[in-house]
Amino acid sequence: MTGADSRSVVLARIRRALHGEGGGPPEGPAPARDYLPAHTAEDDPAALADLLAENLADYRALVHRCTADGLPGLVARLLTARGARTVLAPPGVPGDWLAAATAAGITRVPAPGALTARELDAVDSVLTGCALAIAETGTLVLDGSPDQGLRRFTLVPDHHICVVRLPEQVVASVPRALPRLDPARPQTWISGPSATSDIELDRVEGVHGPRTLEVVLLGGAAPPG
Amino acid sequence: MSGTFLGMPAFPRAAAESTGDARLRANLRHATRTIRDKRARAVAELPDWQRLRAAGAAVKDRTLRHLDHYLEQLERAVTEAGGTVHWAADAAEANRIVTGLVLATGEREAVKVKSMATQETGLNAALEKAGIRAYETDLAELIVQLGDDLPSHILVPAIHRNRGEIRDIFRERMGQWGRPAPDGLTDRPAELAEAARLHLREKFLRARVAISGANFMVAETGTLVVVESEGNGRMCLTLPETLISVVGIEKVVPTWQDLEIFLQLLPRSSTAERMNPYTSMWTGTTDGDGPRDFHLVLLDNGRTDALADAVGRQALRCIRCSACLNVCPVYERAGGHAYGSAYPGPIGAILTPQLRGVTSPLDASLPYASSLCGACYDVCPVAINIPEVLVHLRERVVEGGEVTVRGTRTRIRPARGHAAERAAMRAAGWAFGHPRLLRAGQRLAGRARRLQPRRLPLPGPGRAWSATRDLPPLPAEPFRDWWQRTRGDRQAPEGRADRADRAGPEEERERGESP
Ligand code: SF4
Repeated sequence: MTGADSRSVVLARIRRALHGEGGGPPEGPAPARDYLPAHTAEDDPAALADLLAENLADYRALVHRCTADGLPGLVARLLTARGARTVLAPPGVPGDWLAAATAAGITRVPAPGALTARELDAVDSVLTGCALAIAETGTLVLDGSPDQGLRRFTLVPDHHICVVRLPEQVVASVPRALPRLDPARPQTWISGPSATSDIELDRVEGVHGPRTLEVVLLGGAAPPG
Repeated sequence: MSGTFLGMPAFPRAAAESTGDARLRANLRHATRTIRDKRARAVAELPDWQRLRAAGAAVKDRTLRHLDHYLEQLERAVTEAGGTVHWAADAAEANRIVTGLVLATGEREAVKVKSMATQETGLNAALEKAGIRAYETDLAELIVQLGDDLPSHILVPAIHRNRGEIRDIFRERMGQWGRPAPDGLTDRPAELAEAARLHLREKFLRARVAISGANFMVAETGTLVVVESEGNGRMCLTLPETLISVVGIEKVVPTWQDLEIFLQLLPRSSTAERMNPYTSMWTGTTDGDGPRDFHLVLLDNGRTDALADAVGRQALRCIRCSACLNVCPVYERAGGHAYGSAYPGPIGAILTPQLRGVTSPLDASLPYASSLCGACYDVCPVAINIPEVLVHLRERVVEGGEVTVRGTRTRIRPARGHAAERAAMRAAGWAFGHPRLLRAGQRLAGRARRLQPRRLPLPGPGRAWSATRDLPPLPAEPFRDWWQRTRGDRQAPEGRADRADRAGPEEERERGESP
């Protein structure tokens, strides 16, 4: 049986199964969406940022806050603390984000798009922006924009630093996130570093993705204290 | 994996064997209770959970009622985005298509990310016959594969193995499959996970073909969604050159916006997280990012037969969260293997007999693998009335009647050797035939939770499982009551309405307009 035959077989089975009850394009109004668009107040950007930080930390991401001026220094400190010698940053990442790190002798990997997976495996850290972040769930969304790059960039290296711009990149909830995203772009939603509970339900952080996820909340109100 | 679910003993016997295994039982008990409590907390964070749940059920029902339309729309969108769509009427055809696609790449190995659909079709065995080695990359699936074993839980398939056993399996078997386990491997979970990371990284970096399933497919955009925790999914979905996804036709949702419902329901209900660590979404192929070739294999394999059954059809809403397993007293006692298919627990008890028919002794016994306590219905994030379908399927086993088998309507004869089941059926059927009594019973149990019997005596084969089992606590308000209270004046959820031929006049009124 060829695939084309099976296509008509399956569609015919569906139509027979639904005979008299449905089949064809839907008619009438779509089901009610009377659930909440968000579960948290959306008019206070500082509170949203706090909630995001709290939920990120709850799933073992390391959260930092800084202003635009402080970013290069912070990035350099985070990389140095890990002992990173090489860092990958997609082409859209502003050069000044890495200015202090490169001055400290850390190499920004050239032409990362040409690297094979094996070569990526030898890169110490990756620095990206994001498309948006969801406060309620502690989620970062990457959509392959120039400051995020190919999906494998944030997958193979063991250390990921992701910068979130406050307040404009933070939304409250999943229903607030989807309309801002383009389904045609490949997406990765990240909520904490990878984890497994497959061995007697003991949670172990870090299996195949970057085992350390650091999130920098950039701008917004000065951090408390 | 050389293990297979075919030829499994019928449920009561398999259950008796596994309930005798003290370790399996202890593991299961610990696991299901831990997940159950965490899940309750994650769900309680959302005050609109019941509304999300109702919306999830309604969207799935509507999709099923227009499945032909949405599949054609999906096919167009995937094709326009650079993917190739294949249709498989049954398991053998799906396996044939996938085998052909892998062979066409010239490769003889493939990495796999956990997929229940390919477990259902027995794909790994089919690939092995064609000389293709498929590597499972989910940690639990790896444990199962290396141990030459069968998965026993949807979410944590190796739940029946403890850390010591896992260490032994890694030490003894990893070397035969690739990079051996590190010397001096202990049974600390972090070390075991690290051993798996090293063993599998070798395969990911080399892999040129990957095989996956998908949690959702969006008809309007052609987007596929894979929800996972470990990152092995991302590895499989982005590093290889060719990606083949085998997905049941019921996984389609109409719109991008619909994901807002299911991406809230699934993680909280499944792993009890606000969101799972990684979710991948892709639409066809993208230049320079991810696989160059993307193939989607749409799998029927009995799903259209289930669709033909107006009561049983609701099982196709399932989003495979595994919450029903974790609350099920029968599952906790019997373990996943007793269900003899890729789908264990309450969902397996209603899905497998519909996908495969009720002609084998195992499949005919599955609808009895329940005490009808209703806990599964109350936790189900898409409100599948599992007890209702169980009773419906029991009736089919006992009385025979009209069913659809591979698209053809046939009449099956009453099963033999089910005299005891028939007695059980009569008792249960009586309550279900009197919906008011059933509701009253549920409400009573809800109000008098502390008064419920800790042991539930069941007649017939049910006794085998109910004799030593504790009942889970009942929710304060059954879903059915909640539905009546909040939506009684509106249309009942499609496909969930009680069958007309069993409904009394009062039930008829309460149902409102039928869909
Ligand atoms: S039947 Fe419901 S509770 Fe069970 S796995 Fe499916 S969606 Fe989850």
